[in-house]
Formats: sequence, C-alpha cells, structure tokens
Amino acid sequence: MQLARVVGSLVATEKVDGLEGVRFLLIQPLGKRQEPVGGTIVAADAVHMAGPGDLVYFVSSREAAEALPVRFVPVDHAITGIVDDVQIGVES
Amino acid sequence: MKVGKVVGTVVSTVNIPILDEHRLLLCDIQGVDGGPDGYTICIDVVDAGIGETVLILDEGNSARQILGLETGAIRAVIVGVVDELVVDGESRVVT
Repeated sequence: MQLARVVGSLVATEKVDGLEGVRFLLIQPLGKRQEPVGGTIVAADAVHMAGPGDLVYFVSSREAAEALPVRFVPVDHAITGIVDDVQIGVES
Repeated sequence: MKVGKVVGTVVSTVNIPILDEHRLLLCDIQGVDGGPDGYTICIDVVDAGIGETVLILDEGNSARQILGLETGAIRAVIVGVVDELVVDGESRVVT
C-alpha cells in the first residue's frame, strides 16, 4: 500500500456494470515523506469516508477489486484507509 | 519476496475491516545496491521493529493465505526478520 492525498472527486453516470454506488476520488500518490510522486490517479473509495484533503493509503491492481463489496469489479486502485498518523523513525 | 527495512509506522482508525487487527509498518524496499528503492506499507505478522531488516511478501494470494482469508484487499506482508544477508559473497550482517 502507498500513501496518497485526496485532491478531488469524480462522478460518472454512464459506467460498466458493478461500479454502481462506488465513490471515485482523485488522489495524488505520495512518497514516504509525503512528497508528491507521479501523476494523479482515480481510486475507488473502499472506506466510504475519505474526502478532499485527507491523507490515505491505497492498494493497486487486483487487490483494489478485493476492497469493494462486490468482488472483481473493474477498478485498479482503491483507498483502504484514512491515515491518522505516520511516524518515520529511521532514515536509510 | 523482497528485502526491506522498517522505517516507520502508519496508524489509521478508518480503514477496511480486515486491517482493524493488524499493525501497519512503513518499509523501504531495498534495491540491488542496498539502498532504498521505493517504499510500501506492510501488514506485520512477526512483530518487527523499526530499524529491522525484514522479508516482505508482496503478493495478494500469498498474503491472504498467511492471514487465513479467502478475500481481502491486502498484498504486502512482513513475513520474517532478516538476521543475515549475503550479496555477491559479501555478508551483510544486519542485526
């Protein structure tokens, strides 16, 4: 799982079966010191509570589909938690 | 599997239910030169501590098997604490 910041939301009325009721959020993946890494991506919100500004962690690929109530819906990134705190203890 | 180093902890209250009972550790993934090459947030099942070199399993089906789950959005799990690593005949003692 990687860290990300929620930067926006996305609504799509026309979509493939299985995606009904799934919230989509725009996220910016972050490095371990919370610096932006790469471009923004669209992720399904598996915790139903994330919103813009939240620090979250997300899974990619097949595991993203496992995060949602209906298995194997076509998603490739899913938010699986809202971060309360990240402690970095050792630099390497 | 990958070799990594535990560098921090991640705490969350709101998360998918299967993560409720597991500790999450932030680990640097060790590159070929021994330095960090990206990071991943892992589930810890061996009580690893910060600063320890660990063995990271980064595959969903194996992760679910270890945790006894049929389904679940988990992938990276710390499955061991490394005592010694030998690279190119050279021993990297890590503890």
